[in-house]
Amino acid sequence: MNAILGGGFADPPTQSAHAFRALLEAMARPGRIHEVTGAAPPAPISVAAGVALLTLTDSTTPLHLAGPADSEALRVWIGFHTGAPLVPADEAQFALGHWHDLQPLSRFRIGEPAYPDRSATLIVELDQLESQGARLTGPGIRDEARLSLPEIGAFRSNRALFPLGLDFILTCGSRLAALPRSTIVEDI
Amino acid sequence: MYVAVKGGERAIDAAHAWLAEERRGDPAVPELTVAQIREQMTLAVNRVMAEGSLYDPDLAALAIKQARGDLIEAVFLIRAYRTTLPRFGQSRPVDTAAMAVDRRISATFKDLPGGQVLGPTFDYTHRLLDFALAAEGAPPPAPKAPVRDEPVPHVTALLDRDGLIEDQPTDDTPAPDLTRQPLELPASRALRLQALARADEGFALSLAYSTQRGYGRTHAFVGELRIGRVAVEVDLPELGFAVEIGEIELTECDTVNQFKGSKTEPPQFTRGYGLVMGQSERKAISMSLVDRALRWHELGEDFTGAPAQDEEFVLSHCDNIQATGFLEHIKLPHYVDFQAELELVRRIRREATQIREAAE
Amino acid sequence: MSTPSHPETAARRDWISALAKARPERLAALMPDLPAHEMLRAPEIGTIMVQGRISGTGAPFNLGEMTVTRCSVQLAGGAVGHACVQGRDKAHATRAAIADALMQTDIAPRIEAEVLTPLRAEAASTRATRSAKAAATRVEFFTMLRGEDA
Repeated sequence: MNAILGGGFADPPTQSAHAFRALLEAMARPGRIHEVTGAAPPAPISVAAGVALLTLTDSTTPLHLAGPADSEALRVWIGFHTGAPLVPADEAQFALGHWHDLQPLSRFRIGEPAYPDRSATLIVELDQLESQGARLTGPGIRDEARLSLPEIGAFRSNRALFPLGLDFILTCGSRLAALPRSTIVEDI
Repeated sequence: MYVAVKGGERAIDAAHAWLAEERRGDPAVPELTVAQIREQMTLAVNRVMAEGSLYDPDLAALAIKQARGDLIEAVFLIRAYRTTLPRFGQSRPVDTAAMAVDRRISATFKDLPGGQVLGPTFDYTHRLLDFALAAEGAPPPAPKAPVRDEPVPHVTALLDRDGLIEDQPTDDTPAPDLTRQPLELPASRALRLQALARADEGFALSLAYSTQRGYGRTHAFVGELRIGRVAVEVDLPELGFAVEIGEIELTECDTVNQFKGSKTEPPQFTRGYGLVMGQSERKAISMSLVDRALRWHELGEDFTGAPAQDEEFVLSHCDNIQATGFLEHIKLPHYVDFQAELELVRRIRREATQIREAAE
Repeated sequence: MSTPSHPETAARRDWISALAKARPERLAALMPDLPAHEMLRAPEIGTIMVQGRISGTGAPFNLGEMTVTRCSVQLAGGAVGHACVQGRDKAHATRAAIADALMQTDIAPRIEAEVLTPLRAEAASTRATRSAKAAATRVEFFTMLRGEDA
């Protein structure tokens, strides 16, 4: 039981502030990779995804777990550390899973014209996360950034929905990067 | 246009230092402790908790001390502090029928199960200043009487049995939260009640009084007013079941209102509802009158243009922190705005003068 | 989640509640020494949104928040204890979590006798005192003689 109930922030005020800053920077500078620490979620969830869950979710943020992420161990861990209610994809404010488990993305809320913020943020577990591959441009990027994305088309369609759409936090081990809906993704 | 202006730091520091000294008052007089405020200024503490929307008597007492007794300033401090806390969850709806009552009265029925219990009320005092309180001394102990072990049901349940009053069936629609979502109109009754529960007591009182004087009249009787403690029960995910984590004092008012029926509703009594943190019956009665007045649309009544019927008017102006924030900000530097106004008035005057001179 | 029907769950629910409602200084006096423990979740202050129901029985609405402090511990022997207590006293939450854990060990009867029994008795006595004062203010109506022919 300890293995599941452990793994939260040891010093929540300080660690969650650092983690929040890292997530904020990641969203503000799309494509830039940040190293985060402090969470030890049950396998197979990455440290970075655990940090994002501890920092961004609570009892008022409905969460969807997709694929193998929807494990008993993770359900208990989330219940104890964040209290986020677990919901189907179309009610979720946050979702966690591997890229292929999160498909189709059309299941998630993209916001409403009056409230574009009523949309989902997807925490996408990836097997690799490197500063190479797709070209990113747009707000928060001086010239261009490069990021290894699982595909291009989905992010381009998402950009086309702006100001509606999904936001993404990409996680791999203890590293994370973000891709807000405002970023233009090109296969160059 | 914004223009950065520096300066005033030394003056501000000095002002804060003097404020601290003035707050303390004459050092020859013993300093108030937070516990003294909590125990002896209870109704002020209750008001700060209700309008600050945070139940914590020690914090409210501290806020009153810091605010030099300015209760709206104290509410402001509580609201600001609240924003620094994570919210762990929500309680199950409190069961006011199971309240351990200190006070329970009905203006509609004399004899009712559980009886009329006056509690520690000002109602029958003569409002004569008691100079004995100017001296210190312990009051004689309050008398006690044997407790009758009987339930204290809600009075309206009695009328409900005969179908003479509108039914309020249990319903588990999740409650909207004013503190998490921006206000959208028309608001649900649940949202209006949340806004009224934290509304300024004076504003709620005046609106309620206006309905009594004819501005959206609803002919209210206090069906029941009760004050006491209820348990707060919370589902804890780590346990997998609900536990009582504490007790809070509440004031509840259920009004019974005359209703001659409408196109959609039969003639029967209708209800208004007030529920407020702490012992605060003026606020609870006011809340239930305003709640009832706001229900005109739902009950198919006429909108007479009365302020208490106007949801946008009531909900946009009932919060004293919003109100005082906007009101008081106009005393802060607006040098550039005013400079622009000044230029404008000078130009208009100049033009007006020129036109007049040209005409002459 | 539902109200527990299982007797063990009901018992645990009762002691967690008695510990949560205890006055912090009273709990500290009854439980001066704390066994070795590891923090699963260090004491943290937060709020719970308290809900009421329209007219006492209808749809829920948000009344306002209350401060709470929560804490979870694990004892050297492995027992895990949780607490969520009213107010902002971290020592209260820690003690309540440790007592919850101890109640799941062999020394539960000692905690029951030395901590929970006195807390429950004191709570009952406080409640009884208030109820007795309230009972003294209960109105007894007398029917006055009406001006009719006797």
